[in-house]
Amino acid sequence: MSVLIYVESNGSEIKKSSLDAVSYGAQVASKVGGAANVIAVGTFPQEQLTALGNFGAASILNVTGDSFNQNSPAASAAAVIAAANKVGAKVVVLPKSTLVDSFAAKVAAQLKAGIVTNVTDLPDTSNGFSVKRSIFTGKAFATVAINSNIKVITLAKNAYQGTETGGTAAVESLTVSLSEGDTKVKTTNVEKMSGELLLTEAEIVVSGGRGFKGPENWGLLLDLAKALGAATGCSKPVSDMDWRPHHEHVGQTGVKVAPNLYIAVGISGAIQHLAGVNSSKCIVVINKDPEAPFFKAADYGIVGDLFEVLPKLTEAAKLLK
Amino acid sequence: MKILVCITHVPDTTSKITFANNAFNAAGVQFIIGPYDEYALSRAVELKEQHGGTVTVLNVGDAETEPTIRKALAIGADDAIRINAVPKDSGFVAAQIAAVAKTGGYDLILMGRESIDYNGGLVHGLVADALGIPSITPIMKLDIEGGVAKMTREIEGGKESVECALPFVAGCQEPIAEWKIPNMRGIMSARTKTLNVVEPVAVNDAVLYGTFSLPAPKGACKMVDAANPGELLTLLRNEAKVL
Ligand SMILES: Cc1cc2nc3c(=O)[nH]c(=O)nc-3n(C[C@H](O)[C@H](O)[C@H](O)COP(=O)(O)OP(=O)(O)OC[C@H]3O[C@@H](n4cnc5c(N)ncnc54)[C@H](O)[C@@H]3O)c2cc1C
Ligand SMILES: Nc1ncnc2c1ncn2[C@@H]1O[C@H](COP(=O)(O)O)[C@@H](O)[C@H]1O
Repeated sequence: MSVLIYVESNGSEIKKSSLDAVSYGAQVASKVGGAANVIAVGTFPQEQLTALGNFGAASILNVTGDSFNQNSPAASAAAVIAAANKVGAKVVVLPKSTLVDSFAAKVAAQLKAGIVTNVTDLPDTSNGFSVKRSIFTGKAFATVAINSNIKVITLAKNAYQGTETGGTAAVESLTVSLSEGDTKVKTTNVEKMSGELLLTEAEIVVSGGRGFKGPENWGLLLDLAKALGAATGCSKPVSDMDWRPHHEHVGQTGVKVAPNLYIAVGISGAIQHLAGVNSSKCIVVINKDPEAPFFKAADYGIVGDLFEVLPKLTEAAKLLK
Repeated sequence: MKILVCITHVPDTTSKITFANNAFNAAGVQFIIGPYDEYALSRAVELKEQHGGTVTVLNVGDAETEPTIRKALAIGADDAIRINAVPKDSGFVAAQIAAVAKTGGYDLILMGRESIDYNGGLVHGLVADALGIPSITPIMKLDIEGGVAKMTREIEGGKESVECALPFVAGCQEPIAEWKIPNMRGIMSARTKTLNVVEPVAVNDAVLYGTFSLPAPKGACKMVDAANPGELLTLLRNEAKVL
């Protein structure tokens, strides 16, 4: 009963969500009695791949080549399918990401597997195979049984913490050829922020709303983010007004984040915004209106004017080590 | 150009989610077209205005979803199909949609990036695979020139431009189009537009929903004095242990 886990890089290192998925997959493997194998698509520094053994991987398959370096959903799907067939995977674990969202269905369909996304916990294997998943954008949970021979699951962000167990894994290269259908979607241009922390991967997110009055004041938020080593997000009106790029917009219709710490500044806490942040471990709200609905969803709050509070908070954060 | 838009009938984004007898409690809940699906529909109507053709909306649901389907007709779809089955999960829904789309000759199938009830994010990819055509998600811009679509797809920390020849399936999100408010003429004409009801096909479904639950309630919010924000950091480090 082999388990296959897909890992992704953020450009310089393997993403935390992928490390969490490897640990998770290793736990699933020990539950169902098998080995945890990893599939990595693209070129990785060798030591990053062998280090996955430390999170419980027994072996690593690596697919490289021109078509496997552009974050192409079709190429990634083809690689995962080939790897699943090679290791005879019964469970395929995919860490939630925008790329995974764009190819997970294909993997499941080709493997004739049942698929469940947004899984938040280890499977219950006491009677069949069932998982807990988040539904209604984090407002509820459901348990779902997967009855197919092969099972595909997408692990929700920050739902399972990876742990280092010691060990290394051997890396083997796998050759995969693409079919004609895999090359029908052509990428003509990529615009990616460089050197920025990925919002969906960050352990701390500081987010700003309409309370900032205008993009010229965003430096206050960026300074705090820098002092805390945090990624930045925003509310929908902020990205609608182009104060910030669309990919920073958090909520029901934007990015869903689940960091350890979410600090919301000058955001009222509309239910659609909360839907994108309610899986965060700890929520801090800074708002001048004590009646702002966000305080009801918060763990810690400061009632105050952000233009006064933020500079002080940033100064205090700089003193942390 | 024949466009198919698949829409969900989901609780309004402000709804309180509760369950009764292990089923979603719809009492007092307002239902809407899924927000992402409505972006897809709005763009489909714009594409029709530019290129001619038809927009068909499709929903897998029981008769209760018909007001939502009529709203899509009022927004500008030409006709509608309702597959008469309670949507059980993405795999079931995709099999139903694929069965209808196989013979429909659609040039483009637009969906939302995900439904806001089940958040599967899967139906577009599963339908595309069943039809043997590409699926692209999440897209934020879609233009068609000479049978080729030029799109912008969101990627982590940015966006990419992609091209694909028709037909394909796409999962849409903002800002692909502005939501359209139906006008009086649209609402009147929606009443008489064709809504075909189709019976579902049998599906050997691999996934079975069991029990539903709600997250644990949040404790009280601890307030920190605005004059001393440093205290907040102390609490985050020592009490919440998140710094
Ligand atoms: C279908 C649908 C989907 C949506 N999806 C999303 C989504 O994904 N994400 C999202 O964010 N929204 C979404 N919205 C919009 C949402 O309903 C709210 O309108 C939005 O979140 C409000 O943004 P805001 O809190 O920045 O602005 P506001 O509601 O204007 O709040 C600004 C806040 O800043 C505070 N403030 C002002 N000045 C100061 C100051 N000097 N110091 C401190 N605090 C100050 C105010 O007290 C207020 O609470 C959606 C809406 C709909 C209908
Ligand atoms: N019951 C349904 N009827 C019609 N289309 C649906 C249905 N469920 C999902 N879809 C479409 O598939 C997309 C993705 O759904 P999901 O996989 O549930 O997140 C939605 O945004 C809709 O466009």
